[in-house]
Amino acid sequence: MINYNKLIFELSNKDRIGYSLPKQRFTNYNIENLDPSLSRQTELLLPEVSELDVLRHFTNISNKNFGVENGFYPLGSCTMKYNPKINEEMASNKAFRNLHPLQPANTVQGALEVYYNLQTYLSEISGLKEFSLNPYAGAHGELVGLMIIKAYHEDRGDFKRKKIIIPDSAHGTNPASTVVCGMDVVEIESNEFGRVDLEKLKAVLSDEIAGMMLTNPNTLGIFENDICEITKLVHEAGGLMYYDGANLNALLGKVRPGDMGFDVMHINLHKTFSTPHGGGGPGSGPVGVTEELSKYLPNPRIKKLDDYYYVENSGEALGQISSYFGNYMVSLRAYTYIRTLGKENLRLVGPYATLNANYISKALKPAYELPIQGYCMHEVVFNGLINKDTDVRTLDIAKRLLDFGMHAPTIYFPLLFPQAIMIEPTETESKETIDDFINVMHKIAIEAKEEPEKLKQAPTKTPIRRTDEVFAAKMMIFSYKDYLEYINNRG
Amino acid sequence: MFKYFPHTKADIDSMLKALNISSIDELFKDIPESVIFNSDYDVPSFMSESELRNHFAELAKKNQELTLFSGLGLYDHYQPAVIDALTSRQEFMTSYTPYQPEISQGTLQYIFEYQSMIQTLTGLEVSNASMYDGSTATAEACFMACAVAKRNKVLLSSTLNPNTINVIKTYLKYKELEWDFIEEKDGVIDIEDLKNKLDKDTAGVIVQKPNIYGIIEDYSGFSELIKANKSLFVINADISTLGVLKSPKEDGADIACGECQSLGMPVAFGGPTLGYLATEKTYVRKMPGRICGYTHDLEGKRAFVLTLQAREQHIRRSKANSNICSNQSLMALFVTIYLSLMGKNGLKEVNNLSYQGAHYLYDKLIATGKFKDPFQKPFLKEFTLQTTLPKETIQTALLENGIFGGLGLDVFGDKYEGLVNFSVTEKRTKSEIDKLISILEGLS
Repeated sequence: MINYNKLIFELSNKDRIGYSLPKQRFTNYNIENLDPSLSRQTELLLPEVSELDVLRHFTNISNKNFGVENGFYPLGSCTMKYNPKINEEMASNKAFRNLHPLQPANTVQGALEVYYNLQTYLSEISGLKEFSLNPYAGAHGELVGLMIIKAYHEDRGDFKRKKIIIPDSAHGTNPASTVVCGMDVVEIESNEFGRVDLEKLKAVLSDEIAGMMLTNPNTLGIFENDICEITKLVHEAGGLMYYDGANLNALLGKVRPGDMGFDVMHINLHKTFSTPHGGGGPGSGPVGVTEELSKYLPNPRIKKLDDYYYVENSGEALGQISSYFGNYMVSLRAYTYIRTLGKENLRLVGPYATLNANYISKALKPAYELPIQGYCMHEVVFNGLINKDTDVRTLDIAKRLLDFGMHAPTIYFPLLFPQAIMIEPTETESKETIDDFINVMHKIAIEAKEEPEKLKQAPTKTPIRRTDEVFAAKMMIFSYKDYLEYINNRG
Repeated sequence: MFKYFPHTKADIDSMLKALNISSIDELFKDIPESVIFNSDYDVPSFMSESELRNHFAELAKKNQELTLFSGLGLYDHYQPAVIDALTSRQEFMTSYTPYQPEISQGTLQYIFEYQSMIQTLTGLEVSNASMYDGSTATAEACFMACAVAKRNKVLLSSTLNPNTINVIKTYLKYKELEWDFIEEKDGVIDIEDLKNKLDKDTAGVIVQKPNIYGIIEDYSGFSELIKANKSLFVINADISTLGVLKSPKEDGADIACGECQSLGMPVAFGGPTLGYLATEKTYVRKMPGRICGYTHDLEGKRAFVLTLQAREQHIRRSKANSNICSNQSLMALFVTIYLSLMGKNGLKEVNNLSYQGAHYLYDKLIATGKFKDPFQKPFLKEFTLQTTLPKETIQTALLENGIFGGLGLDVFGDKYEGLVNFSVTEKRTKSEIDKLISILEGLS
């Protein structure tokens, strides 16, 4: 069914229906009575299809997708670990999913208990005092964390601290979140090992620095071994340290951000805590802080008194950044994950993820350029093939991997290396899977030399081949309406 | 061994051997000794799957599933069984943002279909599928209006949902943008006050319909006024109601935004849901989030890709207009499947059934003499009444009968003292509605 090529609109047949609704009960009333000046005048372009049409359509297009259960998904920085089924079963519990967030606290004690306890677990795992689960995603967590930093300085009457230091290896969201938070970015260049350059850091420290954002291990998968010095320097200059939790998976069982001197952080539940990525979302980005900063956490807050959980809105909080309790059903999954692993297994996540990444690093080093020597953490970054004599680029390697039934690694990020290939295997992959991947990568390296055209043409075994992205950007066909107009004009 | 870690002792030994090391700890030598975490996390011990099920059963008992007669942004509409069956497919659920279009056509195609459906409902040319919820989508719309108009202030209608107002205020405050409120009059935005407050700093005007009281506001004349001031008109509307109500395009909006939860999603204790954001192509370069476009592959096959990515944070970094990195895809899939099943007739029918139930309840409550309508304006599935009955009395009586409804709007602030909210969806049966009425009739 890989050749299925219909849009849902193209299945439409007038008057066919795919729903069953209750009979009309109160026929004295009719929406047709609404004043025409308030009613829709233009016809809706929605499909008219049967229930089975819908099932077949979406099942068929799902077969053109690659999920974690299809095969190896070493997308660096994204932590594509296995998303456990039991998490889904728990999150489908009607006693949670049918709760309205405005229901009185005494009718939602179970839901609040999960929220409260997950906050506590995340605090323990992070070494920070308190968490809010309200931020909806990683970037949303960054924004909230930066708001907390800004609020802290403004509360002290220190209004000139509006600069955030960010290494050039950082995720794009870091500088973007900073600007959205009304602060300026001071970018510092990484040293030859991809780490923070202490001298360059010292050079930008001043009484205008609000803080520094850092992910550790950094986006090269390298641990910042000067971390204690970095946090000390920034603190001495009056700034706060923000931990971008995107790479937290590497640290589980080994080190806690709070212990390294970080004051604020976010966690991507959809990475470290195994909740599904959903094709890009919904995620969840809880924010944790030190005791001193906890009063700024966003409303609403969940508190506990004796054995009773309640909702509190505090005047000292930075305000509201979500309508209610964030992506609660995502929290429920992360809670399930933590209870499934327990203290015995949580501590093994970082070590196994790191072992897998280093094993790949060592095995691919003979064929792929490893720009930074030494051990990596949970992910490894190569800079294309060692052999630069061919036309084969990182993009071609990535596309060829698809033909072997594997997802491509992250490519062209971080920006420090022009042919970056970022591989993150995660702890849920077996040695056999990783060996298969290594073999394929070596095979591709040989093909690059002997049959480069094969790589340039790749992929050939996927539902579609390489796409014309210039056409998409130029034509701006964003809807079925646009598409029909385009087809009609083309004749 | 543990079920999510496939590492046997032999595997570990052979991997360590390949790395020429004797223990995994050696890989962590870059971590300073002083910060190494050597103890167990203070979290509970692991649970077997059956223990976990029991644990959740216990937790579930502490929740009370209620018949919902209050919405205020999140509504208890019917969710066809097909939605769960399809959205739980791992191909959709576990995949990442579709960066490799060759193996992501499933996600990309439904996003294109979703965009098409938002296009027809709003009448506006382009939408993303990236907003977390209705409130943050509206905050992003404010940023967008400021970026397009190159001005620093937005005017917010006083009849917006207070949660939306609160979120917008936080976003604007930290980005150091300004806002002012347009007063309400008889439950709707006051056009005279709008006229007074539109000025050369006004980037956008943000309104909501149905508004916090459930009233369907009439925006005749708004768009002309706002456009004459070179500001943008932003309408926040519950997407489901656009099946029958005048579309944002018909109202002259430049940006439409709001909540999509009504289209096939559970109330889920507030999330996840999905916010929509739509605009005309003229403004697309200032629009946040991922956009999917039609194209073809090198064999000429129809294909879909993420496009216009030069707007986004991973390219523009500190020059980006938004930090959105999510694509709220899975929730967009809920919407796409829901609207595929409902079609235009189903969506009208859902609105009509909700309208009928809400108006029946309204008439009966007014007839009790215990409730008054302070506004007397058209509404759809939600309405607000004034009552002298203590709100605690109402809540307690209803909760005892397993009903959540008649919520005192003053949960959002003193401004709403004495006002109570009722919402009725197509799911509410006549006997449920009659039961609600008889309980309230009996109160004093």
